[in-house]
Amino acid sequence: MSGLVLILITGVGLGALYFLVASGLSLIYGLMHVLNFAHGAFLTLSAFIGWQVAQTLGTDSWGSFLASVAVGAVVGAVFATLTELVLIRPLYERHIEQVLITVGLSFAAVALFEGIWGTDPININGPGWLRETTEVLGARIPNTYWVLMIAAVLVLAALVLFLQKTRYGMIIRAGVENRSMVTALGIDVRRSFTLVFAIGGAAAGIGGVLAMHYFTFVSAHLGSTLLIFAFIVTVIGGLGSLTGAAIASVVVAVLQQFANFYLDGTGDFIVVALLAVVLLVRPRGILGRKA
Amino acid sequence: MTTTTGVPTLVRGRLGPALPFLVGGVLVVVMAVLPLLNISIPGILPGPTYTPGTLALLSLCLVFAALALSYNLLLGTSGMLSFGHALYFGAGAYGLGVVLRFLEVPLWPGILIALLGGLVIALVTGSVAMRVNGIPFAMVTLAFAQAGSVLVRRNQQITGGEEGLRLPVEHVPDWLVGVANTRNLYWFTLVVLVVVYLVVLWVDRSRLGHLAQATRENELRVQVLGLHPYRAKLAVFVVAAGCASLSGIAYMLLQSGTQPSAVGADLTITVLVMVVLGGVGFRWGAIVGGVLYTILDQRLTVLARAEWIQDLPGILRVPLSEPLFLLGVLFILVVLFLPGGIAGSVDAAVRRRRGERTRSELARMDDSAEPRSEVTA
Repeated sequence: MSGLVLILITGVGLGALYFLVASGLSLIYGLMHVLNFAHGAFLTLSAFIGWQVAQTLGTDSWGSFLASVAVGAVVGAVFATLTELVLIRPLYERHIEQVLITVGLSFAAVALFEGIWGTDPININGPGWLRETTEVLGARIPNTYWVLMIAAVLVLAALVLFLQKTRYGMIIRAGVENRSMVTALGIDVRRSFTLVFAIGGAAAGIGGVLAMHYFTFVSAHLGSTLLIFAFIVTVIGGLGSLTGAAIASVVVAVLQQFANFYLDGTGDFIVVALLAVVLLVRPRGILGRKA
Repeated sequence: MTTTTGVPTLVRGRLGPALPFLVGGVLVVVMAVLPLLNISIPGILPGPTYTPGTLALLSLCLVFAALALSYNLLLGTSGMLSFGHALYFGAGAYGLGVVLRFLEVPLWPGILIALLGGLVIALVTGSVAMRVNGIPFAMVTLAFAQAGSVLVRRNQQITGGEEGLRLPVEHVPDWLVGVANTRNLYWFTLVVLVVVYLVVLWVDRSRLGHLAQATRENELRVQVLGLHPYRAKLAVFVVAAGCASLSGIAYMLLQSGTQPSAVGADLTITVLVMVVLGGVGFRWGAIVGGVLYTILDQRLTVLARAEWIQDLPGILRVPLSEPLFLLGVLFILVVLFLPGGIAGSVDAAVRRRRGERTRSELARMDDSAEPRSEVTA
């Protein structure tokens, strides 16, 4: 029983981390049809800068932890905005080249991060509570999972509020639905492209700092590892669907934890198998619109 | 004014269709006699062409040129942006190592088994991945390659895990083993490149290739004509994967071993960089891209250790001592300002002089991808 609870809760926690990365990817793809390979680089840079902030403020306090998360979000947003303005925008409507640009950016960024912070993973410290566990129904859950869940719920709530209640959110939703119609109505969709990149970057930035606490290390390859799972999550959830991404994150992560626990550490493999099954049965994903 | 359609090839001169074969034949002969000559190109090659070090670098160039050619068949001919091509390269490399080690067969049957293994993996993964098109296809192939990479890293007793797999040399003929025989390995990789080139050329000119090109341009129309775009694309995918496996086999023999990075996403991205640098849609572009990238990577690594770089202030030293950073930036610049790559730009210049209009291959792929998504929406 306690094993089952442990797997379920850690699965949901890991799913929360996937969602932080996948939400931005899914929004960006839904609106702009760009597969953003640089998303991992946003995440990694945020993690490194967040780590440096926490180092200077002292790693033990909650204040510095929150500050590092906030800085991570800002760094992610700024990096993503710059990427959109400088690299993506000049290639308006040329999707393959836009994808190639983000591939090149992630390629260059990972190498640069290795040059600056070294090739070896750096072990990190956070507030002491994060390394402890909380007992739920006899299962001892590491506390990082709670933080991940809280962050993902907050981000999801903020995104839903923004998309449902604000004018820009409405434009983004309409753009995902039918972009040429929005343009025909005289609305400059391109402005919301930058916005979507900034939002995705911020979510990835938060994810980056938290992922660093989850793995208890930070390295130049932090982002690339998570990015692949985020891709899988967005495909399974249905490209462009935020709710789909949220559901798929949890499904994928719980399944992964189950397989890791009961099927001899085959979690990663099971996830890819799930992807293959989803593609065979329902190529557009759980909540995706018909391709 | 005519706008080009189909796979662009360098505009033919007075010699007509024989020109590419003539140039290619001469190049192959020159490359073949290189180990017997004493040519030094300071700054590009580490030493005279008969030395093992230089031959090893040249062989690596040839292996990656073959891999880039196979990727160009996928991206250039049939317009499939795959991020899992390294899986088949790795399947060839690891397949050969595993087969030689556990089945204890001689080299040539081993190569055949490894190649078949690569083809089977390509058939299975390809037929699933092709359920989706375009960007989702890219994501799915990436996921498959990642699964392969995880598989290789996890099963330490079979693949050697993180440490990589050493080539069991006792099953390899003596003339292909050791530094003294680098020359033979060089010739072997040259043969592999020529074989891959001929296969790719054959596909490009066959009915299969034409069907794949037509599918790239307008899949719906191909379907309406009663043809089977799925089968054509799958066949091209499998052939491209087979060529990649062959390159992987050559890589395994050349390096006497392989690391898990030979399966991972990073290698696919490297190949993508090669092909885009050289020019998508051009066979000779892919070869130039593969050779150029490999040499640049090697030279930039040497440059990074140079004293004058180490003496620079940190803000210049760090970027300059990371070859992959420089190559990534070069790649971004090429995509932004030279979307046709090397071969595409040369071709466009020739065509412009003749008064033809041209568009880069990538831009055309976008155009042909658009209406498809509109129609099926």
